[in-house]
Amino acid sequence: MTPEVTQQLLDSAYIVATVLFILAIKWLSSPVSARRGVLAGEIAAALAVGATLCNPELVAYKWVIITLIIGAAVGVPLGMVHMTAVPQRTALSHAFGALSAALIGIAEYYVGVPQVTRFQMAEIGLEVIIGSLTFTGSLIAAGKLQEILPQRPIVYRGQNFVSLSVLSAALLLAIALVVNPANAVLFPIMVAVALVFGVLLVTPIGGADMPTVISLLNSYAGFSAALLGFVLNSKVLVVAGALDGSSGFILSVIMCKAMNRSFTNVMFGAFGQVQAGAAAAAEARTVRSASPEEAAGILAAASSVVIVPGYGMAVAQAQHKVRELYDALTKKGVDVRFGIHPVAGRMPGHMNVLLAEADIPYERLVEMEEINSDMPQTDVALIIGANDVTNPAARTDASSPIYGMPILDVDKAHTVMVIKRSMSPGFAGIDNPLYYMDKTLMLFGDAKNFVGAIVRELAGGHS
Amino acid sequence: MPADFLSNLYVFILAGFVGFELIKKVSPLLHTPLMSLTNALDAIVVVAAIIIAARQESPLSTVLGAIAVAASFSNMVGGFVITDRMLRMFKTGKPKKP
Repeated sequence: MTPEVTQQLLDSAYIVATVLFILAIKWLSSPVSARRGVLAGEIAAALAVGATLCNPELVAYKWVIITLIIGAAVGVPLGMVHMTAVPQRTALSHAFGALSAALIGIAEYYVGVPQVTRFQMAEIGLEVIIGSLTFTGSLIAAGKLQEILPQRPIVYRGQNFVSLSVLSAALLLAIALVVNPANAVLFPIMVAVALVFGVLLVTPIGGADMPTVISLLNSYAGFSAALLGFVLNSKVLVVAGALDGSSGFILSVIMCKAMNRSFTNVMFGAFGQVQAGAAAAAEARTVRSASPEEAAGILAAASSVVIVPGYGMAVAQAQHKVRELYDALTKKGVDVRFGIHPVAGRMPGHMNVLLAEADIPYERLVEMEEINSDMPQTDVALIIGANDVTNPAARTDASSPIYGMPILDVDKAHTVMVIKRSMSPGFAGIDNPLYYMDKTLMLFGDAKNFVGAIVRELAGGHS
Repeated sequence: MPADFLSNLYVFILAGFVGFELIKKVSPLLHTPLMSLTNALDAIVVVAAIIIAARQESPLSTVLGAIAVAASFSNMVGGFVITDRMLRMFKTGKPKKP
């Protein structure tokens, strides 16, 4: 085969892979065709990797084979993690993706220097900065989600000034390199500064903002791959990066809308400050509490129940007990559905995955807008480990920090039951007037144990 | 402006639009698998890493390329495995099963 023919075959393989990438995402739109999407992606990846290995430019395979084996050996266990660990696994994979994009950009620079043109330098500089900051930022996010690092935002005076100065320094170094690409001393400094910025970017963000952060990092990882496609003039990378980048971007927008916040506010706002005033005002009010037996009686007498899960359900690993409750109530003829807030949990779609893992049919998992219109006709809303996403102050109290955030209108159901460990405020430290309503019953206890106790009562034939 | 840059920019903009239209249609049910699948697709940077590692232009580029191969290939394998595991869990309650 002449080199031209080989090159054309390689290009054709990449074109087919690109088309399959697009089909993979198209098929992912519905649970019915989604697994076909994964298959399309796998074929595309195999084709692209296989074709690359046949590239005659390659001279030494030893390290490639060894590292492919290492990659597979690391990747399979990372693919087999428990479903509750999916958010941190996802953050870690953003880190890996960004790391490889950054390393390739760095290698391109050192291979090319001093023949790197200014234009190439601009592409490489931007690519390496985004890749590096995404790498460390995603590691911090994964550490927070794994609870190796504190989940609460870490803030200090002048933080935004420091962070923005560091980012400006990285960009100035990149500009200096564009002016003189052969000034190789500056390159590692630029990389180091970008790595530091990634840490500063994510450290002040925590807890309830994680779904947005993880989506943003997804977007950055994608765009760094797309930029790498520009650097290497590889269309398949440009397309894969653009798809991944736009996916992360759209998810970030959805997450921000679901919290009624802007990007800037998430990045620089440090949400998790306790609202001392609100918490103090709460002390005098009283709540009604109920036992598992009473709760079981009310649920069994209902004809429609909406369960609202939140991060607390994931922490308590209560999803399997919740399925038992779903089964017990369904058997009694109760219509049970789940109201899913877009930011419930620690990443987009987190609750859906946990409930699907517990074998709850996906038609029962209903989006916020849809379930809200049915809420006034709902007999019981049962809230398990969710707080801010059910807070009616978001609709009524203009002074509340979450005012304007779309919420699940559980307060419109005939009876509200809230499983909660204690009266301490939720992550954002905002008091929830829902708990003091006359129709609200507080079910104090661990989510898993309490739901288990309700299930036992229902099975015991009470009521 | 180099011609390559312009043609890449065309592809980038078009792919961005296609991505936007397709991803808008993905059900919120599947947002977690969407993120893990796009991660696995993004791991296609492994092809660039393989080329860098196997060209052996300098010891530095070989080492960087080799690390990048391991990092991105683990993403590719792990991303596909976990996406498929998640999607297998999404079952319909309609009486289709035996």
